Amino acid sequence: MDLINSFRDKDKILALSQIIKQRSKKPLNIMEICGGHTHSIMKFGLPQLVGENINFIHGPGCPVCIMPRSRIDEAIAIASIDGVIFCTLADMLRVPGSKGSLAMLRADGADIRALYSPLDTITIAKENPDKKVVFFAIGFETTTPMSAVVVKQAVELNLQNLFIHMNHVTVPAPVRAIMSDKDVKIDAFLGPSHVSVITGSKIYEELANEFKTPIAVSGFEPLDLMDSILNLVNQHENGTHKVYNEYARVVSKDGNLKAKELIDRYFQPCDFEWRGLGVIKDSGLRLRDEFSYLDAKKYFNVEVGESKESKACICGEILRGKAKPYDCKVFGKVCNPQNPIGSCMVSGEGACAAYYKYSKRG
Amino acid sequence: MKKILLAHGGGGQEMNELINGLIFRIFDNEILAQGNDSAILNLSGKIAFSTDSFVVSPTKFPGGDIGKIAVCGTINDLAMVGAKPRYISCALIIEEGLGIDELKEILNSMKSTADEAGASIVCGDTKVVSKGSCDKIFINTSGIGEIIKESRVENLKSGAKILLSGDVGRHGAVILANRNELNLDLQSDCKPLNNVVEALLNASIAPLAMRDATRGGLSAVLNEWAKACGRDIKISEESIAVSDEVMGICEILGFEPYELANEGTFVLAIDPKDEIKALEILREFDSSANTIGEILDSNKGNVIIQNSYGASRFMEPPKGELLPRIC
Amino acid sequence: MCLSIPSKVISIDENNFAIVETLGVKRGVSLDLIAEPISVGDYVLIHVGFAMEKIDTKYALESLEIYKQIADDMNSGKISADEGDMGLAALKN
Repeated sequence: MDLINSFRDKDKILALSQIIKQRSKKPLNIMEICGGHTHSIMKFGLPQLVGENINFIHGPGCPVCIMPRSRIDEAIAIASIDGVIFCTLADMLRVPGSKGSLAMLRADGADIRALYSPLDTITIAKENPDKKVVFFAIGFETTTPMSAVVVKQAVELNLQNLFIHMNHVTVPAPVRAIMSDKDVKIDAFLGPSHVSVITGSKIYEELANEFKTPIAVSGFEPLDLMDSILNLVNQHENGTHKVYNEYARVVSKDGNLKAKELIDRYFQPCDFEWRGLGVIKDSGLRLRDEFSYLDAKKYFNVEVGESKESKACICGEILRGKAKPYDCKVFGKVCNPQNPIGSCMVSGEGACAAYYKYSKRG
Repeated sequence: MKKILLAHGGGGQEMNELINGLIFRIFDNEILAQGNDSAILNLSGKIAFSTDSFVVSPTKFPGGDIGKIAVCGTINDLAMVGAKPRYISCALIIEEGLGIDELKEILNSMKSTADEAGASIVCGDTKVVSKGSCDKIFINTSGIGEIIKESRVENLKSGAKILLSGDVGRHGAVILANRNELNLDLQSDCKPLNNVVEALLNASIAPLAMRDATRGGLSAVLNEWAKACGRDIKISEESIAVSDEVMGICEILGFEPYELANEGTFVLAIDPKDEIKALEILREFDSSANTIGEILDSNKGNVIIQNSYGASRFMEPPKGELLPRIC
Repeated sequence: MCLSIPSKVISIDENNFAIVETLGVKRGVSLDLIAEPISVGDYVLIHVGFAMEKIDTKYALESLEIYKQIADDMNSGKISADEGDMGLAALKN
């Protein structure tokens, strides 16, 4: 069984395209929360398949993009310390801090490693007992349980040289923050795929009710997205605001309980400063007090000065759905994937990078 | 096992043994055997001349090794301008500690690849550097070929058909899989292309331009061409052959198959009248060869790829380090 | 955080570590995040070295069948795009 190509089938997608175009009668602003959806929508050219009335707005769901510069500066400060092996998932390497990026620091000789799996940090820590290994943990609920497993193993193996720099964040908080902004005009949401695998689809019910906005939890394949968009079109035309779980082949109502327990056992909510959205209460995660000895920020006690974002860059506006990449003066000119000014240009899933890669450049 | 020592690069007895006892013996040909400071060559007509350095890690991979790639790379660059490859140089920079057997294997694969392409390795140089100064072995090859019929980027014009000689991304996928501990039953496409090019030229098909889709893959070639001729190139996504395994690697790591390197696959721009015949010949060498698009009249210099749903987007050249996409 | 691929379980070892396959590419993943028993032949969703969840293949096939029905009906003119109220959402649930 091919669970990838079956969901890219041309005939089925074109049939849905036709239905969506005919049913979509009034303008519909859909925010896709997740950067993976932004990527799929652009890669498969879906805006060309859904008609003129539908406008996609790219949300805050790219963990690289929402990272404030101060946290990058902390990462760079820690990675600069002698004897540190700094481990992170790949995209993070190129995100510009106040002074350079992790990739530049690596070129200067710092030991910075791009991992495929967070679990690799355990192996690296075991193999390098005389070094301090730091895992730069980033991501939404999708990746949080994997970091929890790293903490679990570090605790169980009593590893003395492994530390975590926590940057995990949660989805509902920024959605609420965006919807509470009166200038934002969003009629419907595409709910993230893999976040929802962990959290379950029911976390969206409160949001859908509170803001009277339909939400479709969608898979990543074009067929998934077209089905979800059709549902949102139908709901928009009919004035309903239900949660539709299109991705029920992996997303249940309650999510992955084992993963959620792990998260809960090692982490607890904390305030987090989002790029473009500011500090949102309880929107991030930190280590529970009993495991705070693993906290890299505490252990290395790094203090970075106030970090300023570039003035020209409008990543903040873009992350709030108030502007499109084209609206930015530096987009595609000074700011491009080789020389990203803002974080939305760094990750393959940042709205700017996706526009730059797949779409016209203004 | 015997290893390369710094002494092997010292100009003395050990170096002599390495060069005469191993390298000359493997590359074995008359010009090399003359032992002059320069190779003295017999050539006629217009000459193509190309050079390339190879720093492949790992040095050995399914479907080839750094030796094979070092010869293919230069042979293919010569073939791409319509030349018949004749002579190749081989400059080795070896890290001390490399096993002599490993070196032997690399040299043997250089020799057999050159033989396959009908070229000789006629001059060279050997340096040994201290541990850590290079990654096992770096190889530079230069090559000279006699032009049969010139293919040049300047010939690109609107209306030309774009053909692809095989499926894309295999070499890049094999290397990526190895670096990311992914297992797959896939071989690099690494091979000399001069034979298929000569078959085209012998059939009186003169491609307007040819380029092997090495680093940067298909999208790098097409974007360079679009810029060079100042026209848009339109590609049909469905027509590009991609193996399941390459697709799998791309799905897992978040790449596009068009950005992955190839070492034995090339792109041709062909006058429409030659398209059918050219395809026939290409398919004798690789059944997955196909026409993938054409050069348009419009002059923005973009590469536009249309998917099977009829939606189109730009095919961007790859940028920066190939880092797995995590999010 | 979204690259996540459906993969088939090829083998499972005593450490709850599985070899999975996607389009001919095999790799090792941890099954530690899944509570329910996983068997060889099951499909799981993989993310950064872990299986996140078992895929309900029966449900997936049913969805595909519904999409196929719709495409067939559209192509044969049995239904027009304007028909129906809730579309697939209603059909599937």
